Amino acid sequence: MGSYIPNTENDKKEMMDFLCISSPDELFKEIPDEVLLKGELLIPSGKSEMEVNMIMKKTAAKNHVFSTILRGAGAYYHYIPSIVKSVISKEEFVTAYTPYQAEMSQGLLQAIFEYQTMICALTGMKASNASVYDGATAAAEAVAMCRDKKRGKVLISEGVHPQVIEVIRTYLTGFGDEIVMISCKNGTTDLRALKEEMNDEAACVLIQQPNFYGAIEPAEEIGAIVHQTKAGFIMHCNPISLGLLKTPGECGADIAVGEGQPLGMPLSYGGPYLGFMAASAEMMRKLPGRIVGQTTDTEGRRAYVLTLQAREQHIRREKAASNICSNQALCALTAAVYMSVMGPEGIKQAALHCMSNAHYLADELCRLKSFAMENSSEFFHEFTTVCEDAPTVLQALEKEDILGGLMLDDRRILWCVTEMTGKEELDRAVKIIQRLYDKNLEA
Amino acid sequence: MKLIFETGQEGRRCTILPNLSVPEYILENDLQRKQELMLPCVSETEVSRHYTALSNRVHGVNNGFYPLGSCTMKYNPRINDEAAGLPGFTNIHPMQPEHTAEGCLEVLKEAEELLCEITGMNAMTFQPAAGAHGEFTGLLLMHAYHTKRNDSKRTRILVPDSAHGTNPASAAMVGYTIVNIPSTEHGLVDLEALKAALTPEVAGLMLTNPNTLGLFDKNILEITRLVHEAGGLNYYDGANLNAIIGRARPGDMGFDIVHLNLHKTFSTPHGGGGPGSGPVGCKEFLSGYLPGHRVKRENGNHFQLPSDESIGRVKMFEGNFLVVVRALTYLLTIGKEGAADISGTAVLNANYMMKKLADTFTVAYPGICMHEFVLSLENVKEEHHVSALDFAKAMQDYGMHPPTMYFPMIVHEALMLEPTETESKETIDYAVLVMKELYTAAEKDPQKLKDAPFSQPVRRLDEVAAARKPVLTYDFTQV
Repeated sequence: MGSYIPNTENDKKEMMDFLCISSPDELFKEIPDEVLLKGELLIPSGKSEMEVNMIMKKTAAKNHVFSTILRGAGAYYHYIPSIVKSVISKEEFVTAYTPYQAEMSQGLLQAIFEYQTMICALTGMKASNASVYDGATAAAEAVAMCRDKKRGKVLISEGVHPQVIEVIRTYLTGFGDEIVMISCKNGTTDLRALKEEMNDEAACVLIQQPNFYGAIEPAEEIGAIVHQTKAGFIMHCNPISLGLLKTPGECGADIAVGEGQPLGMPLSYGGPYLGFMAASAEMMRKLPGRIVGQTTDTEGRRAYVLTLQAREQHIRREKAASNICSNQALCALTAAVYMSVMGPEGIKQAALHCMSNAHYLADELCRLKSFAMENSSEFFHEFTTVCEDAPTVLQALEKEDILGGLMLDDRRILWCVTEMTGKEELDRAVKIIQRLYDKNLEA
Repeated sequence: MKLIFETGQEGRRCTILPNLSVPEYILENDLQRKQELMLPCVSETEVSRHYTALSNRVHGVNNGFYPLGSCTMKYNPRINDEAAGLPGFTNIHPMQPEHTAEGCLEVLKEAEELLCEITGMNAMTFQPAAGAHGEFTGLLLMHAYHTKRNDSKRTRILVPDSAHGTNPASAAMVGYTIVNIPSTEHGLVDLEALKAALTPEVAGLMLTNPNTLGLFDKNILEITRLVHEAGGLNYYDGANLNAIIGRARPGDMGFDIVHLNLHKTFSTPHGGGGPGSGPVGCKEFLSGYLPGHRVKRENGNHFQLPSDESIGRVKMFEGNFLVVVRALTYLLTIGKEGAADISGTAVLNANYMMKKLADTFTVAYPGICMHEFVLSLENVKEEHHVSALDFAKAMQDYGMHPPTMYFPMIVHEALMLEPTETESKETIDYAVLVMKELYTAAEKDPQKLKDAPFSQPVRRLDEVAAARKPVLTYDFTQV
């Protein structure tokens, strides 16, 4: 029923008369009869906008929106400034294609150029691309950037998000490269285990900062160890944490990647998110995907254009650095607007809130007799606790409309606290758990 | 225009976050960044005006005609965005317990069922974030299929010379060797060349049908049969599905694997280059290899099941979920009647526009086209030294986005036009008028086209300098 076709029957008739046909069906005669659909598709009839609106609202209402979220593990619940939403809804940004026609896409190109600059500022790196699909594919692309026929080993810290590792594994399917896992000790990458694996066969080393379990990695020391060989050092970073933590640039990373979702994108059941990628000057030309560069027009005005395209699939085909074509441009724009609104002080403030709130919750939980931290490593906004009967704890929180941490096993919970949950919400959560244990004692 | 780094003042900021409600935690100095964080220091007024100014320098589908061939720049209905913006979708954590994300699972299941019916496939994954990502995923299914059968000699993928650049690039990412299949003078797959290329090393064929010349390959059943007989699989690049939706299905043409571009056929916006969504559908015998979890429905409830044989994840979580919400909203709106109307109108618009232009321009492959067609400006280039690029730049001055240039590569001085079904006859008539006017200008005043555009914020750009000495970030020290 719903249709977005403007042509009237009369328009169509005039057009068909011009083509000397009596039905559009005649234009499909190249399709073999055996292939042409005889009846209608077995899908429902179309509906009006109003009906569809109601249906989608009903479907959305079948989900439960938690009033308090203490879960991260790759998707982070942050405050999104109002103006971010209004800027990224501008139809020109939303409905444009990739800026192939530079003169008529200067706004988009400049916005991406500004995004690239902000990502470099955040990571301390020299060059950024215009985005890839998400943090995991960014890591996989970074591993591909370090590929070297003579070095077949990809070293990955056990502290990296399991889904990121899984994506890298999938991306390596067609190649012989071997993944070597580096174990963790007291929550962070074991430097001795890393040293033992560092040899001429290592193509790259990947760590996550802060790591999947929340701990802050000794990234600078890891960088120094990696650079005793020719292997590349890849850091997968949480962008908000970079408001406070030492940058990948300061830690000697060759490539910094990460999940940009915390920079203004809602949780959205996992996407669309944003893969950011930044590299040292030496690795710049190996970056995959779109890159915007500054240039001038024929009248000497500053202008922006897609550049270094000789790396890309539409020019190089099978010899391209990557197959990526569409990226996450609107998400990159979102991140740029977010970083502009927050500014250097706002990003630092968000990071400080995350860290302070998380440490408060950790302290309060550990006051409970049955709770303890899994390790003593410093952490940012995620941490792992050990307790009796994790499922019961999480169920009790769920009943009170709190999405608790992610259960790693029956005893371990990975918590995440952002600026969205302050003292009041955290005290409430701890009280619910406290009550649970009190009840158990009584029983 | 100023960069955002050139506006504002040190110390200026927006006030977004409250004061801390817990004691401030002081991080050990050794762990802290020492590099200054060079982000804009601006007020909200400045942010608002800056981005409004930028948006005025962008041309979207809402601004005007966008006949960018092979990109299916149709109108993006706003209801889709409203649905995707519902808090019941945007505030759902991807690792919430299943029973609290019932609505999300329902979206994935319904979209899978509708799109499988449309493509003639049996199962679908929504993990791939874009078309190229879908190609990569589909080829991994192919790889898994042959590996499972211990058929390790299959290292080649056949790709027609008219294919999108992503096809060979995706095959290379799975470690395959690419064998190019030439097109005949009529723009279709050369059957003899195909037969000759079908050696026991062939893992499969990647095909776009209709192809990038806008032609439906009438030999499709023979092509897919030949590939199957040689032990290979057939991969359908769904970039051009808009031409046949509701009229023919890749599954009935002999294809085993399909990727769709929800940001093309299914009307989700391109966002200036993304996010898209490139779901991959396959026949039952390949479904176990799909990445991620399969959503199952039982007694009206949904749950997810993993597969032991899966190729593994290609992305975190379940892909660009909100894009799937938009596509589902669109599918519910158009329904079964709308599907065939879309392809019928898209193809009618394209043929009308092509025939209107044919008395002036050289159509690369005359006859009936599907949803798009290719012009060759080789004669204009030779006679008047006006290139396809010059022509495209001049079109910008008439408030329309130029067609795709220099693609497909087998047509010289190519301009590829795809009007889509959401453009009216008047819009097409006006575009034809403009293009003919420009043709006359190319004969009489070629310099005018070479100097175009005149109406944009900048004139033509020095792309060579941009690549030779790349400036990829703002230089804060230049002040």
